Amino acid sequence: MNSFSWFYFPARLAWRQLIHDRTKLIAAIAGVLFACVLVFMQLGFRDSLFASAISAPTKLNGDLFLMHKQSEAMWRPVPFARSELMRTFGHPAVAEVSPLYLGLTWFKNIEKQTKRTLMVYGYNPEAELFGLDTVITQQRELQVKDTVMFDEYSRPEFGPMRELLEVGRIETEINDYTIRVIGLFRMGVSFASDGNVVTSDQNFMRIFPGRSLNMIDIGVIKLHPGSSTDQVKIDLQQRLNEFITIFTYDELLEYEKKYWSNTAPIGFIFGFGMVMGLVVGLVIVYQILFTDIVNHRNEFATLKAMGYKQSYFVRLVFATAFFLAVLGFIPGLILSISLYHLAESQMFMPMPMTFGKAINVFMFILSMCFLAGFLAIRKLKDANPADMF
Amino acid sequence: MSTVINVRNLNFSFDQDEQVLPVLKNMNIAIQKGEIVIMTGPSGSGKTTFLTIVGALRQAIEGSVEVLGQQLINSSEQTKVSIRQQTGYIFQQHNLLKSLTAQQNVSMTLEMFNDMSEKERLDRATDMLKAVGLGDRLDHKPDKLSGGERQRVSIARALAGRPKIVLADEPTASLDKQSGQEAVTILKHLAKESGASILLVTHDYRILDIADRVVELEDGMIRSN
Ligand SMILES: Nc1ncnc2c1ncn2[C@@H]1O[C@H](COP(=O)(O)OP(=O)(O)OP(=O)(O)O)[C@@H](O)[C@H]1O
Ligand SMILES: [Mg+2]
Repeated sequence: MNSFSWFYFPARLAWRQLIHDRTKLIAAIAGVLFACVLVFMQLGFRDSLFASAISAPTKLNGDLFLMHKQSEAMWRPVPFARSELMRTFGHPAVAEVSPLYLGLTWFKNIEKQTKRTLMVYGYNPEAELFGLDTVITQQRELQVKDTVMFDEYSRPEFGPMRELLEVGRIETEINDYTIRVIGLFRMGVSFASDGNVVTSDQNFMRIFPGRSLNMIDIGVIKLHPGSSTDQVKIDLQQRLNEFITIFTYDELLEYEKKYWSNTAPIGFIFGFGMVMGLVVGLVIVYQILFTDIVNHRNEFATLKAMGYKQSYFVRLVFATAFFLAVLGFIPGLILSISLYHLAESQMFMPMPMTFGKAINVFMFILSMCFLAGFLAIRKLKDANPADMF
Repeated sequence: MSTVINVRNLNFSFDQDEQVLPVLKNMNIAIQKGEIVIMTGPSGSGKTTFLTIVGALRQAIEGSVEVLGQQLINSSEQTKVSIRQQTGYIFQQHNLLKSLTAQQNVSMTLEMFNDMSEKERLDRATDMLKAVGLGDRLDHKPDKLSGGERQRVSIARALAGRPKIVLADEPTASLDKQSGQEAVTILKHLAKESGASILLVTHDYRILDIADRVVELEDGMIRSN
């Protein structure tokens, strides 16, 4: 037997048996589709969590970043003395240093007067700490007392800011302090905050009267062009207090990602949800394959009596598993793409369907189906040709 | 004439919860090439058991069972598969694959071997179905065929691979007199054409006339006539 017919014949019989019983086929496809969608959604939410959790650090402009050792993540920083940041100035490669202040507090919806928590970033606008175009162009206006800019990608509960600004309703309160929203920028929400506001360091202190300019949350360092980031990092480590951690840009992103996947239970929850989806799919596909073998026991025994070998039926079961994986994956992918769009439009979470993600999920589903097939082939032994007469 | 089935001193018993149930006792029979043998006997005498041993579907361990020159006593899986591939089976129930058409069912016999193209297989299946009078039922699935038609498809399936031996267990049991007679006449005709031997178990005395020889199995032993 050549290798083509080695797989083709059992696969063809598997296919013919599958399409013979349409109702059962549809039930089987629905099972795989369910697992598929569950895995896609869990993966999508998790990736979106990671992507948006680091949307703020991703937009940061700088070469090295100082944080207190006890800061678990950017959204919950432990402040440290500004003098630590100033000390780095002594290094010849350091061109510019700027403090960044962060505070979570509530923001009053201009229309409904409801309060909701968001993140306030305070820094000297001239330092251009964030690569946000509109903030950079409006840096002069942002220096004015009691002005802020608002993240358009914040959750809609804060109110339709764009429309409100167009009709001149720009006054509201942050942390019981009245401010004016003078413009919008685009950054993205994370699981820690539902929205973002950028303001000047001076305004930040007005909004948070308990804070002082001398205690900063993050220190941003820009180096002279051509200097080695890694070398400067090593040099600075020796100069600074030991409770300061120095990150390069990539390390900071990595640190933030790690926080969400390890420290926070959220990463685990999504991993768990994904495994549950696969387990449910596995059980369904196993049930289908198992009853399929039971129902075809007489037919298999007949074929064995005709001279078909055991391995033929193993290939047949795996071919069935393969077809179920493909037939369930295709509608699962289509449904997931539309659910991703729905999530993007309704929940303002970035949910891109990438080719890599589709391949990953298909591999998951295929392994799931093969594992189910592997568990079901034990049942083949029950097909005994001697029972056929 | 050459001997295709040669059974000497065959003993066979079923082990049933601590109990041994002897079924075949010191059994002897030889069947020649092209011969049609009908085996009758009371219910429970061991006819079906004997067929499954000769057809390499059941393992026997005592005596000698030579089929097409191969010893089946304590045989390997490979020997059994090779005998199965050279044997055509007709079961009491038709045992057709219900997801396949008549034509596809018949070509399943040929798909095991890699010596034909798809077209050759389907052509052979068509010829076989025409020979059993079902040339107009090629694309019917078993549930769209009558009982007699299904049994004729299974005759076509058993003979499509040009087997040297045909084993049939009460092939007419589920058929009326007319279609039962028709089925065995076709079987005999096709077997004679290809020189196959037939061993047919039946209670149906109306079909005894197709046989070259009728033997009776009683209490696990052959009572020759
Ligand atoms: N799988 C089995 N396990 C145990 N005993 C069996 C088994 N198959 C058959 N027997 C017993 O072996 C004996 C012979 O059975 P067999 O089926 O060969 O009879 P038979 O001659 O074909 O009968 P019938 O004419 O009714 O078909 C019977 O007593 C039966 O109960
Ligand atoms: Mg019987």
